[in-house]
Amino acid sequence: MADFPAELRRALPRLAEGLLVTAEATVLGAALALLLAYVLGLSSRSARLPVRGAARFVVEFFRGTSLYVQLFWLFFALPMVGFRLEPLACAVLALGLNYGAYGAEVVRGAITAVPRAQTEAGIALGMGPALRLRRVVLPQAHALMVAPFKNLLVQLLKATPLLSLVTVPDLTFQIDQLRSATGATAASYLLLLGLYFAMAVGLSLLMNALERVAKARLGQEGGA
Amino acid sequence: MPTEDRKDPAAPAVRFERVTKRFGDHTVLDGLDLEVGRGERVTLIGPSGSGKTTILRLLMTLERVTDGLVLVDGQPYSHMPRGAGGKLVPADERHLAVLRRRIGMVFQQFNLFPHMSVLENVVEAPVHVLGEGREEARRRARDLLDLVGLGDKAEARPTRLSGGQQQRVAIARALAMRPEILLLDEVTSALDPELVAEVLDVLRDIARNTDITLLCVTHEMGFARDVSDRILMFDRGRIVESGPAGELLESPTHARTRAFLGSVR
Amino acid sequence: MWDGEAARAALPAVLEGFGVTVLATVPAFAVAVVLGLVLALVQRAGPRWLALPVRAAATFVRSTPLLVQLFAAWVLVPALDAPVLGVLVLGVHYATYLSEVYRTGIDAVPRGQWEACTALSLPRRRVWRAVVLPQAVRNVLPPLGNYAVSMFKETPLLSVITVHEMVHEANTFGSTHFAYLESFTLAAAVFLLASWPTSVLVRRLEERLAH
Repeated sequence: MADFPAELRRALPRLAEGLLVTAEATVLGAALALLLAYVLGLSSRSARLPVRGAARFVVEFFRGTSLYVQLFWLFFALPMVGFRLEPLACAVLALGLNYGAYGAEVVRGAITAVPRAQTEAGIALGMGPALRLRRVVLPQAHALMVAPFKNLLVQLLKATPLLSLVTVPDLTFQIDQLRSATGATAASYLLLLGLYFAMAVGLSLLMNALERVAKARLGQEGGA
Repeated sequence: MPTEDRKDPAAPAVRFERVTKRFGDHTVLDGLDLEVGRGERVTLIGPSGSGKTTILRLLMTLERVTDGLVLVDGQPYSHMPRGAGGKLVPADERHLAVLRRRIGMVFQQFNLFPHMSVLENVVEAPVHVLGEGREEARRRARDLLDLVGLGDKAEARPTRLSGGQQQRVAIARALAMRPEILLLDEVTSALDPELVAEVLDVLRDIARNTDITLLCVTHEMGFARDVSDRILMFDRGRIVESGPAGELLESPTHARTRAFLGSVR
Repeated sequence: MWDGEAARAALPAVLEGFGVTVLATVPAFAVAVVLGLVLALVQRAGPRWLALPVRAAATFVRSTPLLVQLFAAWVLVPALDAPVLGVLVLGVHYATYLSEVYRTGIDAVPRGQWEACTALSLPRRRVWRAVVLPQAVRNVLPPLGNYAVSMFKETPLLSVITVHEMVHEANTFGSTHFAYLESFTLAAAVFLLASWPTSVLVRRLEERLAH
């Protein structure tokens, strides 16, 4: 116990590496999720039934099967059909697919929440469907997406300790090593929780700033 | 078959042939025939729910007809010819897009784009729909904002403006598309009483100085008298009486019209 | 690739695990529902000296990973059995989500309702019990349903503290019979079959209450 500070100092480079891995998984997972959220969210509003149906199916599938099952399936089951992905790639893919499906509902909901009158104003100005979506509806929907995206982003961050379960040397893995080496269980886990808390607060503040900017662009004061 | 713009110079600007519009079981328009001449100013009056606004919304393609045919400049608009026989089928988005550009609309609730400045609201469609150059569009937009008395508000956000100012921006935005037909849907109904005059003055100006075809739905009888050539009285999806503005307002022949005019005065 | 024989053999183990998953989710959600309401009421109506630390603690628990909380509780509280501990940690974690749901639900009750109570000089307890909470329930039910579904999908985390729920069973079967594909695919299918109808039900409820 007494040598925890000393051990911690020695372990700092490894902790930094772990932190970097966690950050990498968060950023890449969120980027993939954002991309999928748009593709699936827009497709699930398509006028063409096959496109809409396929998008709905994918969304329901990845929302309905647990993230943990998806991750373990990619890590354990996929190699059995001949595809072996890097553990980190499994994690990014699972995070992206799962949170992308949730994000698709956010995109769809935000687009639906833009008043119909705005679309009508676009029609009255001779704008076609694509132009209306791009210039009128999406800019207003974006402001509505930021707050729910913030929640999803924090959820995604909080899911990253899963990486350690599929052998990725992330922050949780490194701190667990520290715990084994020192036996300082309480201190190690408190440190880990504290670091995650700091990251969550940081991301929240960042997203709050984004939301203020987005709302100011709509002429709404203050934001949330 | 791509839609061609074949304007018939002899045809009326707008023609409804036996147009029926139903929402579920509710019949809003019932076999309506209607003609509006080129450059004519027509005002639709009548109790709420009588189908006036639906006529404007059908013309703007915000609703589709249940039955009947709408023509603009003699060309089928709600429908399009298909195949060698020229059989008329309900119009698709591409067909609508061509004729729709001749028509502009001002809404009761303004419907300005909140994420754009006043100037951007007016410039948006000329640049992205008509393909006008940005500089040219901006110059025209400033002229139009001057015309509606808001030259100094070009950079403001719409939400910063009063209702009357927002509605004048909406008028400038509609005019920027150089519409041949302008639809005014209860444009003063959402305004505080002291803001109504500034909007109506702008519209009187436009009526006086252009040859635009006007279709208005309004409860402002003074304005209706000033700008319209003809007034149509609606009740339950039918025209019960029509005539020159002064005549219909002074000496209505139909009991429904008398009752209605009595209630709005 | 797909071995039907292995899948049939894996099914009983996966289903048994599914039973454990359900058995863990139900009491954990009950804990969350009750504790969440307590947290919300303390933050909303409790004395400041209590409300502030409770809010801080709830925010901390809500913003940190459930998995790490499970690890920490597992080694720091050896007195409790794994299933009991798992249910408690899961319940507390979700209580911090649900307290936010309650808070928004209560805030959504119109101001005029509070003012009417003041005008009628209703006692404070009565205001909450007879006026505010019954109206807040309407706002709260659909998100509550969504959180129940998402808790169900997070219960597999309990496997890290040796609770033999479905993913744990799938993993064990997969490793002993080298049949990960069959066991995890079955687990995924069972999750989908269980959570999809629930989501549909919640959405129905949402639509019904919206009118």
